[in-house]
Amino acid sequence: MKGLGELERSIMDVIWAQPSAVTAREVGRLIADRDLAPTTVMTVLDRLTRKGFLERTRDGRAWRYAPKESRDSYVAELMLEALDLTGDRSAALTRFAQAVSGPEAEILRRALMELEEE
Amino acid sequence: MITAAALAFLALVCAVGAWRLVRARWTYRAPHVAIVLWQALGVTWGLAGTGALLAYALEPYNLGVLRGLHAFAASAVEGGYDQPEPYDLPRILALIAGLTALTVLIVVLLAAGVQTFRARRRHRTLLALIAREDPEVPGVRVVDHPGAAAYCVPGLRSQVVVSKGTLQLLSAAELTAVLAHETAHVRERHDLVLLPFAALRRALPWSRTVQDAQREVGLLVEMAADDVARRYCSPRRLATALLRFGTAGAVPTPHGALGALSPASAVMARVERLVTPRPRLPRRVRYSIVAFSVALTASAPLLWLMPH
Repeated sequence: MKGLGELERSIMDVIWAQPSAVTAREVGRLIADRDLAPTTVMTVLDRLTRKGFLERTRDGRAWRYAPKESRDSYVAELMLEALDLTGDRSAALTRFAQAVSGPEAEILRRALMELEEE
Repeated sequence: MITAAALAFLALVCAVGAWRLVRARWTYRAPHVAIVLWQALGVTWGLAGTGALLAYALEPYNLGVLRGLHAFAASAVEGGYDQPEPYDLPRILALIAGLTALTVLIVVLLAAGVQTFRARRRHRTLLALIAREDPEVPGVRVVDHPGAAAYCVPGLRSQVVVSKGTLQLLSAAELTAVLAHETAHVRERHDLVLLPFAALRRALPWSRTVQDAQREVGLLVEMAADDVARRYCSPRRLATALLRFGTAGAVPTPHGALGALSPASAVMARVERLVTPRPRLPRRVRYSIVAFSVALTASAPLLWLMPH
């Protein structure tokens, strides 16, 4: 039995892979490699909706769930923060080094070549 | 009057000290010690600056800053009947200025703490959904993105994260060096060192010294992590990893996010001290600086308590 976080992640992966909104039953079927109780799937879908990762719409007696944003846009959000490009000068993360561009990068490139030659 | 003057003098010493320390280069030879000194300067500057105003304003009570504030609050609650002597305009202005500055400093620090906490929580939530484990780098979260990024999300459950681009960019030895560097950040809680300076920057965005100080402390924290990392890896590999990262580029430079010291010279400064290390500051000097920092940090609270 994996943790709730692991479950949320598998379910998001399933939903991201679908071209359209899916019901809880469909999610349960698509994630068939583990025998999950339908209520567990419902609970996780509900959590993900409350956290703002899923949007749900009524379809007859069931809910259909669709991702609010694509996976890529979350990756982009993570990277913007990781590269300190959000411009809000927050100290939320500690980063290894900053990338530079233009003539400045040339100085570094030359230094790297010298170090590698030695 | 003596307390107010002493506090004002102390604040001035800290401001001049910070201004000088930004330009000092011995700090690169003892980054851990320099970080301690920076923290002492920051705390003392805040307490001494506000304390000087309050000490002057509350002088009629003859109780010192802390007990004077208490007495003032008590008399304000009771309707202000037992004032020891009538307040004149300069004292009232000093009181308003001192209380405002103190409030701003505290609020800004708390706000920065809350904002940082939220940003990290959001980041962790996204990582939980997106990042994967890689058998090549156990214990590290990997984000599928071609860009070069390596960082840690500090906290009680801190996480080291690298991008897929990083794994492709670096050799195995370089990756070890980068991870050792990030682990050092995590272990020494460098995020807590940086937080007050980031907060101060937000409170005084126009101050050049504050801007320089934040940048300088940021660089010292990196150097401190480099120093820890070099015990566990080849410093040369750490240096090449740094340069590879710096030139990985293809990232647009955000406007308004850069300080006077360009990122390239910051990287070069770190590379130089990794490749051709200069001798550490003598132990005697390092201990004296730490002792001075401790004394400095203790001085402002003591002056807040002093009765005259």
